[in-house]
Amino acid sequence: MNIFTILISTIFVNNYVFSQFLGICPFLGVSNKTETATGMGLAVTFVVTLSSVITWVIQKTILDKFGLQYLQTIVFILVIASLVQFVEMFLKKSSPNLYKALGVYLPLITTNCIVLGVAILNIEQKYNIIETIVNSLGASIGFAIALLLMAGIREKFDFADIPKPLQGFPIGLITSGLMAIAFLGFYGIV
Amino acid sequence: MSAILVPVVVLGGLGLLFGFSLGFASKAFAVETDPKADEIRKVLPGANCGACGYPGCDGCAVAIAEGNAPVSACIVGGSSVAEKIADIMGTDAGNVVREVATVLCQGDCSKAKNKYAYAGLRDCRAQNILAGGSKACSYGCLGCGTCVDVCDFDAIHIVNGVALVDKEKCVACQACIKVCPKGIIELVPYDNEVVVKCKSNDPGKVVRKNCSIGCIGCQICVKNCPENAFSFENNLARINYEKCTNCGICVGKCPTGAIFSGLEQLKENVQ
Repeated sequence: MNIFTILISTIFVNNYVFSQFLGICPFLGVSNKTETATGMGLAVTFVVTLSSVITWVIQKTILDKFGLQYLQTIVFILVIASLVQFVEMFLKKSSPNLYKALGVYLPLITTNCIVLGVAILNIEQKYNIIETIVNSLGASIGFAIALLLMAGIREKFDFADIPKPLQGFPIGLITSGLMAIAFLGFYGIV
Repeated sequence: MSAILVPVVVLGGLGLLFGFSLGFASKAFAVETDPKADEIRKVLPGANCGACGYPGCDGCAVAIAEGNAPVSACIVGGSSVAEKIADIMGTDAGNVVREVATVLCQGDCSKAKNKYAYAGLRDCRAQNILAGGSKACSYGCLGCGTCVDVCDFDAIHIVNGVALVDKEKCVACQACIKVCPKGIIELVPYDNEVVVKCKSNDPGKVVRKNCSIGCIGCQICVKNCPENAFSFENNLARINYEKCTNCGICVGKCPTGAIFSGLEQLKENVQ
């Protein structure tokens, strides 16, 4: 598979949110405003890409060498947790407003399954380092697109006449289901 | 041996590496916080109960330091903490009245009648869904102990089928008040010994039929109070705690015993 195919495939066809259902928690939690959704998308992109590269290097140079593949999950989590802490400190310093807007969802990137999912899938697909970078970049761009689309739609909810029992999360869940079906349309491109 | 040693060294090494780099990063990206907030945070109890309405003690400390919350914002800490915070903020604490949660029902197993035998989940909220619970009185304590479960301070217990708050242990965090499906737990000033322990708005005849210790709305207390501290509405006497002097006249006059005097109860317990 060439690099371009991987990119298109992870962004649209195998979108991690809509077809693999990873990272649903922040997808529903931070998609109320496009502004915070952009920030979250950027933060996740940064964490996913960097953690994938680091975990790939650690897997190849340490875990595979010493036959410690069974430590994969715990080591990857360690890397991700440290990176998220780092991003949190960085944001607190450089952009306090974004830090406040992301709130509790920023530390929750640690347990965002898309981060661990991409890191593990990179190894399972036997990608090389360049493919790993492209795949994780594509995955997080796909996540950011999903988040932005959702936020854009949810901002319109305020002006829509939604039946009372469906207001808030129920209509959000229905919308994300419809969006997942819409994304099925990309099936067959790659 | 190496099967254990290698993973330990690898994982420990990685942990140390990340730990050190994070430690370095925390210095490099250190943000100056309000020193007042840090000091206030040290004074606060640290129970993170959320009774102040802020997310944990950290949030409360920041809000007080920024002036968005009064120095007495911490209900749990009471006047002693408020004074310390006032020292830090350089203002006066004012007069903080210590309050305790009080269950306004005394209809225990021997005094209140049941309309059916409840055998479901031991949770007041579940019982309340079934026709308002098993008690004949629709306002009374159901006695399943949901408030006991949510209390972080071991301050509330079920005594003979009715919840009873331990005044000394209660910190007024309002956890029980929020969870009670009957809404019969209220905050009462700590110094007030005289409390109308009944919430029934039923007419006197119905109350009599259901419970031997409920407020029947006879208004004897209202007429006899020298301080005019009583008000009467919806078949129920209420005490204005600011006017009440704990004289106890109403306690002696009340025909059913619905007005509870903590002093009397304490004396009985001692004897």
